[in-house]
Amino acid sequence: MDRILLRVGIWLSALLFAIVAVAQAADFGFAAQMVIVAIAALAGLVFALRGADYSAIANGIAPGPADQSRYYDDVIRWGVIATVFWGMAGFLAGLYIALELAFPLLNFTEYLNFGRLRPLHTSAVIFAFGGNALLCTSFYVVQRTCRARLAFPGLARFVFWGYQLFIVLAATGYLLGITQGKEYAEPEWYVDLFLTVVWVSYLIVFVGTLAKRSEPHIYVANWFYLSFILTVALLHLVNNINIPVSLFGSQSYPLFGGVQGALVQWWYGHNAVGFFLTAGFLAMMYYFVPKQAERPIYSYRLSIVHFWSLIFLYIWAGPHHLLYTALPEWAQTLGMVFSIMLWMPSWGGMINGLMTLNGAWDKLRTDPIMRMFVWSLAFYGMSTFEGPMMSIRSVNALSHYTDWTIGHVHSGALGWNGMVTFGALYYLAPRLWGRTRMYSLRMVNWHFWLATLGIVFYASSMWVAGITQGLMWREYGADGYLVNSFVETVAALHPMFILRAFGGLLYLTGAGIMTYNIWQTIAGNLRVEQPLGGPAFDPEKDRPLVPAAVAAE
Amino acid sequence: MTSETQKSGDTKAAKPKGHARLERNITLLAVCAFAAVTVGGIVEIAPLFWIDNTIEKVEGMRPFTPLEQAGRDIYVREGCYTCHSQMIRPFRDEVERYGHYSLASESMYDHPFQWGSKRTGPDLARVGKRYSDEWHVQHLTDPRAVVPESIMPTYGFLATRDLKVGNMGATLTALSRVGVPYSKDHIAKADEDLVLQASADGNAADLSTRYPKSQVRDFDGNPARLTEMDALVAYLQVLGTLVDVGSVAAQEDLAKEKGR
Repeated sequence: MDRILLRVGIWLSALLFAIVAVAQAADFGFAAQMVIVAIAALAGLVFALRGADYSAIANGIAPGPADQSRYYDDVIRWGVIATVFWGMAGFLAGLYIALELAFPLLNFTEYLNFGRLRPLHTSAVIFAFGGNALLCTSFYVVQRTCRARLAFPGLARFVFWGYQLFIVLAATGYLLGITQGKEYAEPEWYVDLFLTVVWVSYLIVFVGTLAKRSEPHIYVANWFYLSFILTVALLHLVNNINIPVSLFGSQSYPLFGGVQGALVQWWYGHNAVGFFLTAGFLAMMYYFVPKQAERPIYSYRLSIVHFWSLIFLYIWAGPHHLLYTALPEWAQTLGMVFSIMLWMPSWGGMINGLMTLNGAWDKLRTDPIMRMFVWSLAFYGMSTFEGPMMSIRSVNALSHYTDWTIGHVHSGALGWNGMVTFGALYYLAPRLWGRTRMYSLRMVNWHFWLATLGIVFYASSMWVAGITQGLMWREYGADGYLVNSFVETVAALHPMFILRAFGGLLYLTGAGIMTYNIWQTIAGNLRVEQPLGGPAFDPEKDRPLVPAAVAAE
Repeated sequence: MTSETQKSGDTKAAKPKGHARLERNITLLAVCAFAAVTVGGIVEIAPLFWIDNTIEKVEGMRPFTPLEQAGRDIYVREGCYTCHSQMIRPFRDEVERYGHYSLASESMYDHPFQWGSKRTGPDLARVGKRYSDEWHVQHLTDPRAVVPESIMPTYGFLATRDLKVGNMGATLTALSRVGVPYSKDHIAKADEDLVLQASADGNAADLSTRYPKSQVRDFDGNPARLTEMDALVAYLQVLGTLVDVGSVAAQEDLAKEKGR
């Protein structure tokens, strides 16, 4: 009874706070955001009241302890669905802004202008799609590798729903023009504060589960998850120190400005890549690749060496986003040198993952899920080679400010993060809903090839676009004048922008097939289909050759 | 579930040694991981706040006027930084195309900084006074009317919307809290100055005492209203105009400057 009263009290006060904030709001955007908070609090209140077991309370029965012999998977099932949903939303937003760059008429309303949709796309794919994938896989993996039920399931539910609210607040904020104008850290101060609460709860659930583990060792995947959670907290807190103009308004100004602001931002920005999109996803790799291959991780020693060197080196690499800017040269040089060193620990992870397939390479022929994991590692290797190369000053002089950078991040994001997440989702869906297999493995195969082809179109068109533009900017004629005006370099990219959008369409189509496949798997259907990889058999052809009748003379 | 991939760790009851200790102790693992990730940040970021030559001192930098700051807020709101940089690199082609390379001091009052990372459109660090107000208004309203190949979104709605900033004094107060040197006088007169700068017959001398080199006029071609377009164009027109990078004093400062 006390628990229900406490919960209802918390939701009621959140609701009241939101209503007061709407009434006091200094600007329309803040009021709209607080309406969303009020709706969320109301939903929480309704569920708290409806979910209570009143007959048990009336009879004075205290709720028994949870069954410790079962893993707590509700929140993971929600997380799988949320990952699929936000993935589709993020890819769709990406396709739309890609088309905007090719056909500017698509910017027909201020709410869908490129400048507002671009942060929506990046946040949706990184924080909503990637974030939900990390949340649900980390809860899955930490339970299985610790052989212990998740600690604090109630707090885990808050982490999940709180994170979804964070996503909705951030996304609607961008459309309304609420942003602090720092890439990948656009949400305003109040959303940042809320995310901090959610993130600390996440840490508590994760560490709490580690603490009650039955296995003496903490498995390597959990080292990566732990460092990801801790470091993202540190980055988020330092980069988002803001002074709000009004306590009931959306506008705020960051404490760090100018050159210091730039370095703090890219220390954050690069390590959002390093810890959110690399350490966290390596943790996924360290669990799902060995499981799917049914082989132990290739090298325990390599995992130690590359874990510590990766997390130590990554944090230094931020200034490579600021080469040749007004940042002091010593900081630029440090950033460049450490970025190049980072190549080795990155490849340590790739090698450890790929070599895990030793003795199981034949699975590549028969198992499209395994193919996704291997392909994601291959893209991880490619983009972690490309990244250090682009951090070299003379390369960066050409590549910076161009679409080469966009191609680079997408080979990492679509190839590495996307593929490893799809693989994990295909691994999880049948297990979480108690099915024998995915609805259709052939659809997984289609997804694999569509995604691969999409990435090839995307990355190669952006490489060409980036190098074209970089060279055109610096092109001098025999007369000693610049050859191209800026807008001529824009016009030259038009075909590449169309090819890029086509690549995005293929990738989105693949993800659409995945959505259908996972939907059917959850519904409990199994597609009747020819298994992959079996030797070909055609009953029509399974008959003796009849010698042709000799024509009568 | 079958048991997880086993590592070759020792199974003896003896005290674990070396890395095995970290693998069995969450606190130790967390503390070491946290220590590993803090080093780089401290070594790179902390010195920027106390090394003198991070920001070279130059003549002419001042905080933005209230109208320019309001325009800057619109620039941030619309995500202009997703396509336009404000950081000219010291290359021959960039200097010829955009002007003198950017100095750290020129963005010292930028909260947030808007250096950008992508040039889908050209750099704007020195776009101020390069084009007329009329050009900017027309270009923002319909970019393809003046540059047929442009792929910029349209921003005509700025011209039809009144500039609503709420309390401009509160904005300057917040900025002064993050280190922008707005005086009490600046803050007290913020709301007046906002209107004054966009008035066709505004008293330029009065504003110039608080904000040297400020441009006072109606920016959007519609003197009857103070619109968001006024603010954004006022901001674009001040970009790169405050520091006379060609002056002898600035060049001497640059010659003395070390570390970049």
